[in-house]
Amino acid sequence: MKLDAKIPAGPLAQKWDKHKFEMKLVNPANRRKFDVIVIGSGLAGGAAAATLAEQGYNVKCFCFQDSPRRAHSIAAQGGINAAKNYKNDGDSVQRLFYDTIKGGDFRAREANVYRLAQVSVNIIDQCVAQGVPFAREYGGLLDTRSFGGSQLQRTFYARGQTGQQLLLGAYQSLSRQIGLGNVKMFSRTEMLEVVVAKGQARGVIVRDLVSGEITAHSGHAVVLATGGYGNVFFLSTNAKLCNVTATWRAYKKGACYANPCYTQIHPTCIPVSGEHQSKLTLMSESLRNDGRVWVPKKAADCDKDPKSIPESDRDYVLERKYPSFGNLAPRDIASRAAKEACDEGRGVGPLIDGKRLGVYLDFTDAIARFGEAKIRERYGNLFDMYERITGENAYQQPMRIYPAVHYTMGGTWVDYNLMSTLPGLFVAGEANFSDHGANRLGASALMQGLADGYFILPYTVGNYLAANYSAAKPETLSTAAPEFKAALAAVNERLTRLLKINGQRTVLSFHRQLGKMVWDKCGMARSEKGLKELLRDIPALREEFWKNVKVTGTGEELNQDLEYAGRVADFLEFAELLALDALERKESCGGHFRVEYQDQEGEAQRNDDDFCHAAAWEYAGPGKPPILNKEPLVFEDIHLAKRSYK
Amino acid sequence: MNLTLKVWRQKNADDPGQFETYDAPGIIPDMSFLEMLDVVNDQLIAAGKEPIAFDSDCREGICGTCSLVINGTPHGGQKATTACQLHMRHFSDGDTITIEPWRARPFPVLRDLVVDRGAFDRIIQAGGFVSVNTGGTPEANGLPVLKDDADLAMDAAQCIGCGACVAACKNASAMLFVSAKISHLGLLPQGKVEKDRRALKMVAQMDQEGFGNCTVTGSCEAVCPKEISINFIARMNGDYAVALLKQGA
Ligand SMILES: Cc1cc2nc3c(=O)[nH]c(=O)nc-3n(C[C@H](O)[C@H](O)[C@H](O)COP(=O)(O)OP(=O)(O)OC[C@H]3O[C@@H](n4cnc5c(N)ncnc54)[C@H](O)[C@@H]3O)c2cc1C
Ligand code: FES
Repeated sequence: MKLDAKIPAGPLAQKWDKHKFEMKLVNPANRRKFDVIVIGSGLAGGAAAATLAEQGYNVKCFCFQDSPRRAHSIAAQGGINAAKNYKNDGDSVQRLFYDTIKGGDFRAREANVYRLAQVSVNIIDQCVAQGVPFAREYGGLLDTRSFGGSQLQRTFYARGQTGQQLLLGAYQSLSRQIGLGNVKMFSRTEMLEVVVAKGQARGVIVRDLVSGEITAHSGHAVVLATGGYGNVFFLSTNAKLCNVTATWRAYKKGACYANPCYTQIHPTCIPVSGEHQSKLTLMSESLRNDGRVWVPKKAADCDKDPKSIPESDRDYVLERKYPSFGNLAPRDIASRAAKEACDEGRGVGPLIDGKRLGVYLDFTDAIARFGEAKIRERYGNLFDMYERITGENAYQQPMRIYPAVHYTMGGTWVDYNLMSTLPGLFVAGEANFSDHGANRLGASALMQGLADGYFILPYTVGNYLAANYSAAKPETLSTAAPEFKAALAAVNERLTRLLKINGQRTVLSFHRQLGKMVWDKCGMARSEKGLKELLRDIPALREEFWKNVKVTGTGEELNQDLEYAGRVADFLEFAELLALDALERKESCGGHFRVEYQDQEGEAQRNDDDFCHAAAWEYAGPGKPPILNKEPLVFEDIHLAKRSYK
Repeated sequence: MNLTLKVWRQKNADDPGQFETYDAPGIIPDMSFLEMLDVVNDQLIAAGKEPIAFDSDCREGICGTCSLVINGTPHGGQKATTACQLHMRHFSDGDTITIEPWRARPFPVLRDLVVDRGAFDRIIQAGGFVSVNTGGTPEANGLPVLKDDADLAMDAAQCIGCGACVAACKNASAMLFVSAKISHLGLLPQGKVEKDRRALKMVAQMDQEGFGNCTVTGSCEAVCPKEISINFIARMNGDYAVALLKQGA
């Protein structure tokens, strides 16, 4: 397949404006004749559904939670970036653009990232107008703080609940459109198939999670804003229900999947406490503004009371290795530093399977400097959360943290218009292969989700509709068409198969096993040997799943076991592509660290000669190896450089 | 520790439902309450029985999905803690724990511990927003907001919409939820323009959904995992009264 990123010609700074001018428009009177299906109600989906409806399109929006307000975006804590330069510290569109490209280890598409930096300023205006209660200074203006990977203060926040407040802003806009009858909302409804006719995405098949009823929905364009695939690792900071089903189903219908090996491990999470663990909890990275990361210099000190260890016996790992960024080094770098210290036997916390997997995040100095009250004001809810989970008081003793899977940069390949290789199928937010290259900077996912939803899709979807349909009388594909019937039958058949297996093992046990395999061999450090083993083991586990899983109940009722089985079945296929992509990318970059490719100091070694491309995998049919298509990344504005934070 | 669970089981909205008793052996204090239920469910499935249906997603106390009445108290009675953040270290070996769904007429049970909270969404749809379209909004710093107002608005905006307030109230009143949204938006200059209209519409929808009245027992505030203050109800009543007066005038 030939990938065409459709990057507009002309100077970088003018591409988006020029493109906006050149795109086709649908006359306001004709917009209501178009049906747009939006899967997902997180920041990307909620914003897109609301905005498209405001413009006059007929929108149907779907989510599997009981309310659109509960999408996983709600859990984001730290903040959202924007190049407002309110702190007068030298920020600009160009700098946010550069930081994002560099943060992504030069593996993102320049034109997209530049546009993201450009619209970032509109996002803040939009959210403030919606009544998002961002933090403010005494003068009444907006406050900002710094975040990992940046040397300036461009992050806007609403206490430790920025994602919640931004999502509620989008949810409220969406609710307004639902109330006005412009959006039909389907909560507790899961999309299980994309319907394709004559090479275009024309609708979806969904299951009502309460009644079990399976229905078909026809649309002139389909938007997937279905989030990331972090839960392929079983343990992650993602909400329990996050899954890859929507984009995986689309992959099998022709939407190439790009860079699945780019996964982000977040350095500041609460360490695992035991086998029962169902998920991991993030402690916002904003904590690294005031907390200092350290481990004992000597392994013998690891089980000592941290306060009894003198300064001279402490190793402030990040400050030592990366003096100019210190504790604010980007996530991949900070995570690897923690892993290395623990692998050397200098980890802290309880011994689990013979290892101590934790490093200290110490606030003693910050409390001495600013007082406990100030620290409480800044991070109170995070300290409370830490205490609820661990039973420890972090004002009195250092927190223990360890890296955990957090975000996935890979996703459905999209062109400049956010359209996938399946025409008519748009993908937004964390679900697309995004603007973050091989590593995302903190506070940039919220920015990207809202940029996609509020400011990009509403233009590019309209352009697609105008170019592909008669505006006065767009042809609608009947849900009685053979394409819909076949997709419906396929969904039914799959669910029936899952229910019939009646084996010995629970879905949960398969998911746990898959997650552990992927984490061990395709987590923070990857090797050719490990990845090859993984590629041998995943198909075997998948085969066992389809023979030996036990799914209770029926398809005609609320059946959480069946929902879960379908999602894990997709993870079992997806994991193989993830491992293959990691094997094929013979370099280290961003979140993808191959042990074979590092310099003497253990820093990642990129290979720009052979791997300066996005790897877009194309489904080739059952049992056939996927086809690798490459989108070369051309840097016109930026010089490829070694990504150094020293 | 070994525990005994008395759990509400109900096949669907039409089924009358009943309590069933289950053993929960080998529970570790570091487990969360929902992880304890995961363990029990895994055992039920392995034994060929249908697992207990319950809602959860973020498991971090922010999405508002989990909704269990534990020993008679929504979310289990730990201060400022949702059921998903409640840990088993607060229970003791040999305890019997009763687990029920939210019980309120406007929140019908769908299955076991899962309820339908669509009424909350419809209240927001009636007026819980600022009517601005995307684009064309003024520069964010064009309108300074008093820090105290912004902070108070944020206190209200923290509501996670879980519905514990309704479940705890003997009248199944939704006033804490509704007042939080009315206060959040009404306190900010961006939301002031529609303040009267919003109060009237949201309260009308709340009544239509069948939520009861507030008799100021304070049980909602006591169970609220985000510690939303009951003072917001007073503020809402004030806003509503003013709006009614203006409407009459
Ligand atoms: C704990 C945590 C903290 C974070 N903090 C920050 C932060 O401070 N700053 C930042 O920038 N980023 C942060 N992130 C990342 C950021 O929150 C996410 O990347 C972003 O919110 C994703 O938004 P989204 O709209 O793409 O997807 P989501 O919010 O995940 O929404 C996905 C939607 O799709 C629906 N869906 C999925 N599949 C289906 C299906 N098959 N059928 C129907 N519906 C479906 C879901 O119901 C949901 O509505 C954080 C992430 C985590 C885990
Ligand atoms: S599961 Fe999200 S608040 Fe409990």
